Amino acid sequence: MPDPLIRMRGITKRFPGVIALDGVDFTLQPGEVHALMGENGAGKSTLVKVLTGAEAFEEGKIFLGGSDTPIVNHSPQEAQTRGISTVYQEVNLCPNLSVAENLFVGRQPRRLAFVRWGEIRRRARSIMADIGVGIDVEKPLESYSIAVQQMVAIGRAIDMAAQVLILDEPTSSLNESEVRTLFELVRRLKGQGLGIVFITHFLEQVYEVCDRITVLRNGRLAGEYAIETLPRKDLVAAMLGRAFDDLAEIRVAGAAPTATTVPTVSARGLGVHGGVKPFDLNIYPGEVYGLAGLLGSGRTEVARAVYGADSHDTGTLAVKGKPIACSPRDSLKAGLAFCPESRKDEGCVAELTVRENIVLAEQTKRGAFRLIPRDEQEAIAGKYADLLQIKTASLETPIKQLSGGNQQKVILARWLATQPDFLILDEPTRGIDIGTKTEIQKLCVQLAAAGMSVLFISSEIDEMLRTCGRIGVMRDLAKVGELSGDELSSSAVMAQIAGGRHDEA
Amino acid sequence: MMRASKPWQGLKANFYGNNFLVLITVVLFIAIYVAGVFIYRDKNFGSLNSFFDMLNSNPGLIIIAAGMTMVLISGGIDISVGSQVAMYCMMFAYFMENRQANAYAMILIVLVTGVVFGLVQGALVAYLNIQPFIVTLAGMFFARGMTAMISPQTIDITNADFMALALRRIQVPFGGYVNAAGVYQTPFVYLSVVLALVGLLAVYAVMTWTRFGRNVYAVGGGEQSARLMGVDTKRTKLAVYTFNGFLTAFGGFLFCLFSTGGAVEKAQGFEMQAIASAVIGGALLTGGVGNVIGSFFGVLVQTTIVKFINFNGTLANGWSNIVLAVIMSFFIILQSVFAYVRRRRE
Ligand SMILES: Nc1ncnc2c1ncn2[C@@H]1O[C@H](COP(=O)(O)OP(=O)(O)OP(=O)(O)O)[C@@H](O)[C@H]1O
Ligand SMILES: [Mg+2]
Repeated sequence: MPDPLIRMRGITKRFPGVIALDGVDFTLQPGEVHALMGENGAGKSTLVKVLTGAEAFEEGKIFLGGSDTPIVNHSPQEAQTRGISTVYQEVNLCPNLSVAENLFVGRQPRRLAFVRWGEIRRRARSIMADIGVGIDVEKPLESYSIAVQQMVAIGRAIDMAAQVLILDEPTSSLNESEVRTLFELVRRLKGQGLGIVFITHFLEQVYEVCDRITVLRNGRLAGEYAIETLPRKDLVAAMLGRAFDDLAEIRVAGAAPTATTVPTVSARGLGVHGGVKPFDLNIYPGEVYGLAGLLGSGRTEVARAVYGADSHDTGTLAVKGKPIACSPRDSLKAGLAFCPESRKDEGCVAELTVRENIVLAEQTKRGAFRLIPRDEQEAIAGKYADLLQIKTASLETPIKQLSGGNQQKVILARWLATQPDFLILDEPTRGIDIGTKTEIQKLCVQLAAAGMSVLFISSEIDEMLRTCGRIGVMRDLAKVGELSGDELSSSAVMAQIAGGRHDEA
Repeated sequence: MMRASKPWQGLKANFYGNNFLVLITVVLFIAIYVAGVFIYRDKNFGSLNSFFDMLNSNPGLIIIAAGMTMVLISGGIDISVGSQVAMYCMMFAYFMENRQANAYAMILIVLVTGVVFGLVQGALVAYLNIQPFIVTLAGMFFARGMTAMISPQTIDITNADFMALALRRIQVPFGGYVNAAGVYQTPFVYLSVVLALVGLLAVYAVMTWTRFGRNVYAVGGGEQSARLMGVDTKRTKLAVYTFNGFLTAFGGFLFCLFSTGGAVEKAQGFEMQAIASAVIGGALLTGGVGNVIGSFFGVLVQTTIVKFINFNGTLANGWSNIVLAVIMSFFIILQSVFAYVRRRRE
């Protein structure tokens, strides 16, 4: 057997109030894809950062190849020179620079100390073509969607990877075909003998590409397994530290709406020029309504139009039977809440504490002059932190110190805290670990049972089938169908998403 | 030799997106200038001589605004430059006049002083993580204090070598005019202007075609991201302030060639003029965005306004500041509108 690429032994890393890593071992072999799994806050990203020198660590040793002399990377730059290339969980590109330049920051090809722009552009085009993203590489990065930015980060890392490629939740904002392209590239690099570390919360993806799995739990090593020896159920158990069936049925049959029930939200022919085509949508008290469709099919646009984040050009919108002016402020006042998809970018106020972030929307709703008393703030924050199992040193911790998934939970808590009548959740479980994912699904069902209406957007059909009583299907910016009751099945939803030309609903 | 990489394509990359603001500055400058030419057509506003006058009185600002732009791009600020200029002028004046120092030796000494000054400020900003505003505020007081320590007096420079440099003219064989006395006025620029423009282009080249320059943009665009991409952000920031120290000393030298004297109160508010030039030239105070060529047009816009007021003769001097304030506000509003539009587009 060849020497392992990386051996990390007894790694310990403390943050004030948290032990992020506690004597963790990790071994990466050449030519393998190694999944690093664990709940939100288990220490996955920290392990990666310690390895690449983005964070310092207190104890333990790191060995490269067959060498017995431990090494320490003092900066990501140093790790790069050792052939370790990384896509970090948080976006790690510069929005002000062009795509081409982002691909070559810190490693621009030069001649006599002069940056060769022509060369950069030429190679940037070929990198992007390689990963199947045909975009103008001379435009600034910020003019592209998060998904494209993520692909750029991946393209950069793949182009640089000499020995080791680390991908920390690279797929959380990618659509299916982008994920497929990524996996092809990963397999190709694996064939070239690279070692690849892959972090994700999508279990299916782990079983699709990975060879070995290392599971972390609460900063400790829970085990290292060959993929064949660890069926899905055992993997979940290893992550959570207890047996858990994340696929169990949780849906409760809600009372079917009768003709006399007033819908919580009712849209008639609502449409936006150049955006989503006119659609009808009635959502009743006590139901979880799902919106299915591919990324970019118009799911988010429907949510934005209903919430008033985008003003509509056609149609009418009524909340509890009353027509409503179209603005986020009025919507908030009328009892609507919208937890957006790109929580990382839109939601977090990085400098504020967990408590402040949670009460933010509720405070806005009540008005700036009616400050929520401190003890009430603490009660609200505490309640939702428990409910969503937010892992934080305290409620007064700045949110930027939380793990990626826990930051998302805080934003989710912010909207739950407004106790809305109508809650829009756009991809609420992306980047969230399997245990909490189920908790969130259950929560939706419970909230609905208590009389709330929930609009649930997700790319995972299984998850929607488990939570939603009715599912609307979007395709090409139009609502093409609606399924309920017995019609609800994975294949039926898939069929509508794919959309045979003839059987359009 | 550079054929394959087509260096001018860097220009194109640079003109995407935010450099649209630079374009607006250029248009604004041309508009004001043409208006001046038209309004004061009987007063030679439009002559090449009068255009060159604007450059001749501002060689120092051209360089220092370029340096300031670089610092702003990196996400920092340097408000010590005005006081530093005063200090360098005083060093020239005192040591050459009262200590009979050699002019060329003094140029070297001043440049080295600038580098050291910048190095210290940069080390405090980059390695001790102190706010640039605070560090350079201290630098500002320090330099002004040092000026007074060297000499509290006003000293005029008479050193022959220095004055020869100061008065060296480069004449242009066209574009002059015949004045009221019937004498042909040949347009000229001082040597200092040529040095300033060469320096400006050099800074532009550094920012566009060197890895250091690109790292400055990366650090300003997102320090954490730049670090994760393998940029040594601390060293980059250290280099920014050090280079700016050098540019400030160089600008101070050019300023001194124009003002030929040292005084404690020299170059008051000069840092603000530099910041104003950079902002009008399209630099964002939040970092990551800016262009040193833009700052040159920022200088031109400012001096044109002053000239406008002077040519009128009846307007109080205060007007130039008020107009400047309006133009600055216009630019800041423009920037936020621009940023807003871009956010909407996503
Ligand atoms: N800069 C920091 N300051 C303080 N604590 C931190 C910091 N970064 C991480 N932590 C803590 O370290 C622990 C591990 O975080 P880490 O980001 O490694 O989790 P993770 O496994 O990547 O989770 P996720 O799946 O949510 O991304 C968490 O409890 C987190 O709060
Ligand atoms: Mg993480």
